[in-house]
Amino acid sequence: MVLVLSLLVFAWLRALPGGPASALLGDRGTEESRAALSKQLGLDQPIFVQYFRFLGRALTGNFGNSTGVQPGDSVVDIFLQRFPATIELSVLAILIAIAVGIPLGYLAARRRGGLFDNFSVGASLIGVAVPVFFLAYLLKYVFATKLGWLPSLGRQAGDIDATRVTGFFVLDGILTQEWDAAWDAFVHLLLPAVALATIPFAVIFRITRAAVLDVLNEDYVRTAESKGLLGTVIRRRHVLRNAMLPVVTTIGLQIGALLAGAVLTEKVFGFSGVGEALALGFERRDYPVLQMFILVAAIVYVLVNLLVDLSYALVDPRIRTR
Amino acid sequence: MSTPTTKKERIDALAETSARSDSGVSLAASAWKRLRRSPVFLLGAAIIVLFLVTAAIAPWLAPHDPAARDLIDQVVKARNEIPPPQEGHPLGGDQVGRDFLSRLLVGSQQTLLVGVFATLIGLAGGLVLGTLAGAFGGWVDSLVMRVVDVMLSIPQLLLAFGIGALFARPSLFTVILAVSIVQIPVFARLLRGSMLAQRSSDHVLAATALGVKPAPIVFRHMLPNSLGPVIVQSTLVLATSIIDAAALSFLGLGNPDDTIPEWGQMLGTAQTVIDSHPHLAFWPAGCIIVIALGFTLVGESLRDALDPKNRR
Repeated sequence: MVLVLSLLVFAWLRALPGGPASALLGDRGTEESRAALSKQLGLDQPIFVQYFRFLGRALTGNFGNSTGVQPGDSVVDIFLQRFPATIELSVLAILIAIAVGIPLGYLAARRRGGLFDNFSVGASLIGVAVPVFFLAYLLKYVFATKLGWLPSLGRQAGDIDATRVTGFFVLDGILTQEWDAAWDAFVHLLLPAVALATIPFAVIFRITRAAVLDVLNEDYVRTAESKGLLGTVIRRRHVLRNAMLPVVTTIGLQIGALLAGAVLTEKVFGFSGVGEALALGFERRDYPVLQMFILVAAIVYVLVNLLVDLSYALVDPRIRTR
Repeated sequence: MSTPTTKKERIDALAETSARSDSGVSLAASAWKRLRRSPVFLLGAAIIVLFLVTAAIAPWLAPHDPAARDLIDQVVKARNEIPPPQEGHPLGGDQVGRDFLSRLLVGSQQTLLVGVFATLIGLAGGLVLGTLAGAFGGWVDSLVMRVVDVMLSIPQLLLAFGIGALFARPSLFTVILAVSIVQIPVFARLLRGSMLAQRSSDHVLAATALGVKPAPIVFRHMLPNSLGPVIVQSTLVLATSIIDAAALSFLGLGNPDDTIPEWGQMLGTAQTVIDSHPHLAFWPAGCIIVIALGFTLVGESLRDALDPKNRR
């Protein structure tokens, strides 16, 4: 799978108009400089030799240097330096989406057809229709520009001198016990995380609602009711547990959408993570950065879904015995 | 319906019956019956009709030429001044002095075109791949599904960005291509699934037993009966492709030629002035949200209506 992906990303770069050499040089390139660079990059070799070289370099962690995002820096360094920021952001976003989506979906299902149900279903549909970068701007405009409650840009205020340990700013602050730095980093995370959370929220909410509705109609719930079990016991043991199965899969599938959403939200908030680098990469046509970042994003996505499949066994004992 | 005489008519009638429910009402008819009473569907349909009518008569509604820079003398780049609302120009002008209201109205045309064409291309690609896989099965199915799975393994929007970035000179065409290609695997999987389910169904078995050739079986019996979920998906894709096109513009991968307005592009170019002139972003964004909501509402209510679980 990963091999096929690498082939695809490789082919993607080769498919660029004029080939990678002119893409790397941009409009400034002359015929001679293009030929020289082609030779230097080994582009005069047959295509399969090129691919194996690319694979070889990729396996040893050499993806070349950035041409537009942080010119001259190694692509891998840029990635490692920015990765923690995106992890922090996505984890918070997923947590918000779960914390809000699952209870809301459950409540909506229990009061199906009621005012609360209709209202929250409507809200989730609107959530799907709003472009995430516009929502990010809206949040930034209201809470940062107009009200001034939260910071609008970056990961940390400039006047805070924080010690870096892991690159996870909130974690760094906690580890070094610089509480003001941890709090400040957290506050910087809030707006982008809320904007990003709307993507998984809408889906998690609707899947939870649908799953709970399905389970409520099951025979074993009726049996439990007729046995005279307490409502809370039925809800916790019979309904919620069984309804969580499809929700777990969905959360895994949302990681991909989250990565794409991070490109947009990080750009709006000038949040120096992987997504912002990708956004800049698209804008400035920085192909070495795009190549590696997209490959890694796809691999992460595949791995997460593999983990989700495996976690099935944990959540559903029926699969374990099979 | 007249009594079936030829062999072909008999099979068609058979296929028809097996697609019906026990109550003798076809799925489409019972779905329509429920849709007519669904407020969600009616609201969505009303929104879509409103936007379609606007798009159709936009050139006559628009007070000014959307490409003419009437208010260019009121634009001062250095001081970030953009023409405010004034007489004859109720929403003011845009960054280069064109009447904003006119651009918003006429923009409905191009925006809907992007959505429709992106959906059609995605649908066509998916139909071809899905029909191939679902009709033949075996190694054709494995091969097609491998390709589809690899495409699905790259996050959809990220893949669209990647395709958009392939072109040195983005245009309306590259935008449509980028947002439509990523929909192909979804349609393909969907179609293949419902076609595979039918390969062993009674009406296909009956047709095979009566000696109907494979091609008519696929095109007259399997394909029409697989279209329900595809139609639902198309409606939802109409919404996502408009939103995705806006995201491409936002990243600078959109159509740079803005003589003909399009909402995604208007929203994308408004990002540089959003803090000082938020209305330049709010109006096109609002339009995108409402039309996307319209398509989503119709898609969702169609899905509910066609779901056999909900039949009464």
